[in-house]
Amino acid sequence: MIPTQFEYLAPTSVDEALAALAEHGDEAKVIAGGQSLLPVLRMRLNAPEVVIDLGGIEALRGVREDGDALVIGAMTTHHAVLHDALVGEHAALLVKAEHQLADAQIRHRGTIGGALAHADPAGDLGAPALALGAEFVIAGPGGTRTVPADEFFVDLFETAIAEGELLTEIRVPKHTGWGAHYEKFVRVAHQWPIVAVAAAVRVEGGTIAEARVGLTNMGSTPLRARSVEEALVGQPATEDAVASAAARAAEGTNPPSDLNGAADYRTHLAQVLTRRAVLAAAGA
Amino acid sequence: MTAVEDRPDTDASSAKEIGRDRRRKEDQRLITGRTRWTDNIALPGMLHLAMVRSPFAHAKIVSIDTEAAKAADNVVTVLTGADLGEAQGVCINAWAITTEQVTPTHVPMPTDRVAFAGETVAVVVARTMAAARDAAELVDVEYDELPAALDLKKSAADEVLAHPDLGTNKSAFWKFDSEEAGTGGNVDQAIEKARGDGIVIEREYRQQRLIPAFMEPRSTVVDPTGEQITMWSATQIPHILRFALAATTGVPESKIRVIAPDVGGGFGGKLQQTPEEMITFAVARRLGKPVKYTETRSESLMTAHHGRDQWQKLTLSAEKDGTVTGLKVELTADLGAYVSLVGGGVPVLGAFMFNAIYKFPAYQFNCQTVLTNKTWTDAYRGAGRPEATYAIERLMDELAAEVGVDPLVVREKNWITHEEFPFTTVAGLEYDTGNYEAATEKAKASFGYDELRAEQQRRREAGDRVQLGIGVSTFTEMCGLAPSRVLGSLNYGAGGWEYASVRMLATGKVEITTGTSAHGQGHETAFSQIVADRLGVAFEDVEILHGDTQISHRGLDTYGSRSLVVGGEALVRAADKVIEKAKPIAAHLLEASVDDIEFSAGRFGVRGTDQGLAMAEIAMAAFAAHNLPDGVEPSLDSDATYDPVNFNYPHGTHLCAMEVDTETGGVLMRKYTCVDDIGTVINPMIVEGQVHGGLAQGIAQALWEEAVYDDSGTLVSGSFVDYLLPTSADTISFDVQHNSTASTTNTLGTKGVGEAGTIASTPAVVNAVVDAVRHLGINDIQMPCTPERVWRAIHDVRGSGTTDTEGAAMPHFDESTGMQGTTDRTDGANQ
Repeated sequence: MIPTQFEYLAPTSVDEALAALAEHGDEAKVIAGGQSLLPVLRMRLNAPEVVIDLGGIEALRGVREDGDALVIGAMTTHHAVLHDALVGEHAALLVKAEHQLADAQIRHRGTIGGALAHADPAGDLGAPALALGAEFVIAGPGGTRTVPADEFFVDLFETAIAEGELLTEIRVPKHTGWGAHYEKFVRVAHQWPIVAVAAAVRVEGGTIAEARVGLTNMGSTPLRARSVEEALVGQPATEDAVASAAARAAEGTNPPSDLNGAADYRTHLAQVLTRRAVLAAAGA
Repeated sequence: MTAVEDRPDTDASSAKEIGRDRRRKEDQRLITGRTRWTDNIALPGMLHLAMVRSPFAHAKIVSIDTEAAKAADNVVTVLTGADLGEAQGVCINAWAITTEQVTPTHVPMPTDRVAFAGETVAVVVARTMAAARDAAELVDVEYDELPAALDLKKSAADEVLAHPDLGTNKSAFWKFDSEEAGTGGNVDQAIEKARGDGIVIEREYRQQRLIPAFMEPRSTVVDPTGEQITMWSATQIPHILRFALAATTGVPESKIRVIAPDVGGGFGGKLQQTPEEMITFAVARRLGKPVKYTETRSESLMTAHHGRDQWQKLTLSAEKDGTVTGLKVELTADLGAYVSLVGGGVPVLGAFMFNAIYKFPAYQFNCQTVLTNKTWTDAYRGAGRPEATYAIERLMDELAAEVGVDPLVVREKNWITHEEFPFTTVAGLEYDTGNYEAATEKAKASFGYDELRAEQQRRREAGDRVQLGIGVSTFTEMCGLAPSRVLGSLNYGAGGWEYASVRMLATGKVEITTGTSAHGQGHETAFSQIVADRLGVAFEDVEILHGDTQISHRGLDTYGSRSLVVGGEALVRAADKVIEKAKPIAAHLLEASVDDIEFSAGRFGVRGTDQGLAMAEIAMAAFAAHNLPDGVEPSLDSDATYDPVNFNYPHGTHLCAMEVDTETGGVLMRKYTCVDDIGTVINPMIVEGQVHGGLAQGIAQALWEEAVYDDSGTLVSGSFVDYLLPTSADTISFDVQHNSTASTTNTLGTKGVGEAGTIASTPAVVNAVVDAVRHLGINDIQMPCTPERVWRAIHDVRGSGTTDTEGAAMPHFDESTGMQGTTDRTDGANQ
């Protein structure tokens, strides 16, 4: 299948891209790797008149340190994130999630910014971004602004990025020394998760000092399991204690029902997977 | 049914190729794509087609407005069924399983009513594929939606009619009764007796709907500009397709040439005369120009025929010790919207296999085929036999549980022992050879059966979160379709013979034509090995030509594990004729008596001397024709048409260990061992590939694949996001072994292997999953055994793990997800 005809723009700077967005408005779609957009275009579920490819903007690629945070360019590929030494040292949870994201071909083409901006609640990066308290740098006609993760995901495929804006960077606070685990539940390896749980914990002397837990595909956006986090703090990293906290994982969620499972099954999975993710992150 | 008479074989020392791991000579071009896939074909002036398809499962066509599409750039025309009229022909059902079968007329493009979602109502012809696709969206079809017959059981009760004009959804009822046939006793009496003093197992199993999902989407090119109309099509059946084209369009068969160039997989899914082929043929004739149609993956999943889709009601009776006394099968089979080429014949092929390797004294098979408003169904790898094998192998495990013995014990008590061959079964077939005991012993040892049973016991006693189950499948199948007389007795519309010819070229090279039509099996390699040994020529000197009605003018194509066992036998017989034709020439040139000529290892020698001539020398002599004996024609070329006298019966013991996470319902394969008896192996590497792929496909039915429709008859699992095919990441390394007993139904002693893995593995896997949780009170989990179903079975939330799959897809590619033309996000790379 081939898409309907569209004009293809390949800006080489963010300003150029913003100008193109301003010019074409809602006739345009931004492509940032194309691993979700291209199937949609090929199935003719969408027919934009203009496609703006961010692939030529070198400034949007790469990972750097900025004080207590890592700054990841939106056009950094999954593969690059997965193998980045800084990410490995300071944001191990991202590595755990990227490692299980789709397959090698897709990881070489798809980008972290594209995935997060696409905001598929079954996408693998939303929950880790929430758990790590990432911030999203968004460029627009009036300059840049920074949106915290808790405010970034608005609804199904909807984010805080407004018309005419672009996601340029993801700022991830360093979680150096934290244990991390991404527990993904699928039927076949290349599938989107039925449910997945991202957990990062800091253990001091066998006790959980801090915990961050994010949920994938348990609602219309990635979700943070705050009641689990709160219940974990101060607890020993033991099966019983973690299970008790994990039992609260589905609080405030609204999981979908589809071919892979009804909502009540997902609710059950969220609890089981949260326990497993936290225990693995704690090294228990 | 008797064995083929023994014929002089080349001596053992000359069998250099048979049994050798030859790499497939066709693979380099197939894998790199530098080859003749149909869609790669581009002809001068060729036009492109796009189909306009119904979004509704059942609707009246009120009007079709093609004006906007016709006016679009680069569009040549838009045609409807009314425009093409009778020139579009009809799609035929070659196997009316009863004379009273209710068969809706299947017009490629209906004019009044659509009967399934995806049915074509108009075709756009344009100068480019893109223009055709664009214009297809401009065709405005007004529909008046009708109630759709979707649920199989409700459809069988005629609650909603799939074709109101027919008055019923019930297409045909087919029955086999061993008492009536004289092959066994009265099954109802056996069951009644067992209700008093024995064991009766009653179960209902679901064979979910599957999609063949071949790798190469279907594609057809038709060139009407020559004296013959040439059709290239991604089909398994070029010869049958030519017959159907001629029979339904009025074009003489001699004016049609059908070519199946390289074809990228079929699994039965390309065993069809498709509406798209008929439409492409009609458009090319109408316009007098070459045209091409290549389907999208979405179209392929939605409209290429599906497989399986049955409810199986089963009653097995046995004595208290587990000795089986009767088996009664009541099937309801979903035909979909039309009766396809083989149609109701698919479940009937299973009728002879439910008794499997066991000595049932009484057997009855009943099958009701039913029309619904879903995609039509037809053959899919195994075709009838996987369904039968699943039912009986699941039942034998249930019987073992009831008796309280190991599943292998109850099988051994009932199977045919190796001394009893040939054995005539309660279904009337004569099994030629086999050794179920030996295959099972070998499989048990390699699998580590006793150790795994011990581990299972430990896990059960410890109440482990992850339980272990062991599944058994001691399958057999009938393959090598088929003796023409048998097909005739079943009311099939054609025979089951096969054709081959050998052309001895002047340079000593050999061209073989075969009426079988490879689409990934490796015929070119395996057949070359057979010919190389038979004629004593080099493997590299043999060329296999196939898939073109002008080159291999006779043939019945490839399906039902028939190519080697039927087509290979034709090849052997043609090659032997070459040898016989060469002998008088050799005798003449060697100045010897024909009676003294011995052929061995490619050389014609004179008995008792060291004189002799090579096959290539005789070929050259025949070509030059300067010095031939009087009355001998200057040609060694020979052909043969072979009609098998019997099916052949591969069998095997498959053992599967599955781990079940009782907390999530997730299942994980731990070990899979199979010991198959497929007779003589021509190329072990190809066989291993066939078994691996077959296992993956059968395991996929057990665990992953299911075609799901929603309440309005839309295929929800309409992309590979939701129709879950496994990849190598989802399967383990299989332990594949053999325990061969040569078949006596063909010269080479071969048995079919193309379907074995698929037929055997599905029940082995489900038996293992059920076995892992049987101690929790579970005796069935519906396929595919999804984690959710397993979890529900364990936790008894909804009962027995037989929940319907939710009729909703994951929303990643749904237009309702708000992705239309907005700029508020950088769409891109989730996955």
